[in-house]
Amino acid sequence: MSEEKKTFGYYPGCELRNRVKGLDLSARRACRALGIRLKELKDWTCCGGLVPQVKDNYMGFLAPARILVEAHAQGFDELMTLCTFCFNTLRRAAFFLQGHAEARKRLELFLGVEGLPRVKVIHLLEVLRDHVGLDRLRESVQRPLKGLRVAPYYGCLLLRPAQEIKLDNPEAPTLIEVILEALGCEVTDFSSKTDCCGSYHIVTNGQVAGQCSDLILRSAVKSKADMLVAMCPLCQFNLDWRQKQTRTAPLPVVYFPQLLALALGEPVDTLGVAEPAATALSALGSPT
Amino acid sequence: MARQESLAVVKEPETPAEETARIHIMGKSYVVPAGLTILKAMEYAGYRLVRGVGCRGGFCGACATVYRKAGDFRLYVGLACQTGIADGMYLTQIPFYPAPKPLYDIHRLSAGGETIFRFFPEVARCIQCNTCTKVCPQGLDVMRYIAAAQQGDFKRVAELSFDCIACGLCVSRCPGEIAHYHVGLLARRLYAAHLTPKAIHLRTRLGEIQEGRFSKEVETFCKMDRQSLQRLYAQRAIEPEEEVALPGKSNSDED
Amino acid sequence: MSQVISLHRREEELIKEIAELSEQNFYACYQCGKCTSACPLTFAMDEPPHQILRFLQLGQAKRLIESRSPWACIGCLSCATYCPKGVDLARIMEALRTVHLRRLDAPFCYTQDDGERLSTLPQSALVAALRKVTW
Repeated sequence: MSEEKKTFGYYPGCELRNRVKGLDLSARRACRALGIRLKELKDWTCCGGLVPQVKDNYMGFLAPARILVEAHAQGFDELMTLCTFCFNTLRRAAFFLQGHAEARKRLELFLGVEGLPRVKVIHLLEVLRDHVGLDRLRESVQRPLKGLRVAPYYGCLLLRPAQEIKLDNPEAPTLIEVILEALGCEVTDFSSKTDCCGSYHIVTNGQVAGQCSDLILRSAVKSKADMLVAMCPLCQFNLDWRQKQTRTAPLPVVYFPQLLALALGEPVDTLGVAEPAATALSALGSPT
Repeated sequence: MARQESLAVVKEPETPAEETARIHIMGKSYVVPAGLTILKAMEYAGYRLVRGVGCRGGFCGACATVYRKAGDFRLYVGLACQTGIADGMYLTQIPFYPAPKPLYDIHRLSAGGETIFRFFPEVARCIQCNTCTKVCPQGLDVMRYIAAAQQGDFKRVAELSFDCIACGLCVSRCPGEIAHYHVGLLARRLYAAHLTPKAIHLRTRLGEIQEGRFSKEVETFCKMDRQSLQRLYAQRAIEPEEEVALPGKSNSDED
Repeated sequence: MSQVISLHRREEELIKEIAELSEQNFYACYQCGKCTSACPLTFAMDEPPHQILRFLQLGQAKRLIESRSPWACIGCLSCATYCPKGVDLARIMEALRTVHLRRLDAPFCYTQDDGERLSTLPQSALVAALRKVTW
């Protein structure tokens, strides 16, 4: 593996600027440890949250299209994301716009640009798999997460729709498992790992979201995991919210980049890990 | 285009006074002397403006006007006191557009994006259409300051929205029904109240005044006659201005 | 009699509108029920997902419009992933929501008093919810 520094455009998303700074922080630290430079998109705007799923809602594609145009103008042909919502929205929008001449024409007219650029939207997981590679990742581990039993939770938007996202098998994914194992974790298998956490029902009807999250938590607890690994700020929120509501024995929820940075030798108190996961991870000790 | 036009300094009429222009105010045609501003043209046509007029100097934002030009599909905007008329212009004023003001105690709020959503959840309805930016007579990048507010980057909001005159045209055109100028105002207030560094020298000096350190001088000044005061004022020493680097959150783009 | 006919025509138009918006061929569905067993939100629905498809096939627009199931769907795409006939039911659900929203009908709205609660929620959820369930 070559050690040259690769630079990726980076789109954090608004959640990472407010409530979940730890996700942004840990990912930046992990990437630096792996020799990956992240250059943040300047003056970025909201990704749009979700893409429209009806034929004629072109306005719904404006937000992601604008980011793709900006990314290209700022010299990025690959844009890395962390938040599952941003990833799904931007990746699906890029896919949709490439295949739909009519939508492209309308958006180009509205945005006043000539030709919507082809920008590849990627996830941190893909950077690790395709750019770093599992072998180099294994070599870079400073503090193997030995003895930590984790339940990897994908959620829905990270994998689906599979024909557009093309990240992993939408029914039986293994990508996070493989990476976590490279970090030294013990990974548990649980049936709800691609189920939906209840998503934006937390806004419209919290009880519905809670019931969805409940199934995931039960399934993860049953797999005897010490903690659950989340990719998406909304999944993490819903799962934690449910646990606070029911006051059950908590299953700590930690973000994937936090475990990654920890394994790469970054001190746990610099990664913005929330309780009770922070205490559990502090017990792992110093890098070897 | 609209922006450059609206920001242009109003020129003295280049045409002879007898030249006229036909304009349409709220659908009714008037022939007015060419070269007037919209505001003066309306008054010439007989309008007595109570709302929709203010400082007449392009600062107060009371005279926001929307118009179209002959043969042009676009909607243009400008301040009536700053925008010259043109033959065939269709126009109306929008002195006010409904945008309720939230009440808050700025010192009790947290200086993060969540505060924006507490008072303006509709910021989440922004679809990045940029219509607000297109319609801003001050030429502000309204869409981006709303995005910065959403991200809790109030320093950026303050930079981008500083020249806002709260005319409300952005509000009138927003498909997400956001009250942009109230969002900008809240963000600027949060920035000033919570994020800008406190002036230590001001606090020290206020303390000194309260302790009575300058009471004697003040008493002396109070007893002085006007002439001596003026002489003293003219002789006062002026401290050279210091360049002070303010610490602030920099949105670092590299890691 | 004339009323029945006009109602029938309106129903037909609605079915056509949903077909056009969703770009899905709902006649491909053979009612295996995989969508319903894969859906994590059936507990919050009055009509299970496969039933929605059946109503479309039968042209029962009134029952479609009265159903609150589209508002329970959040587009996690489990149904589409497991459908053996390649029907993207999530698009049909969104088409149904769109039909409601374009007629200014929405089940969720907030007032100033909700701001406190909304400000504690993730922004991604707010952005998504306000896009999908408000007009």
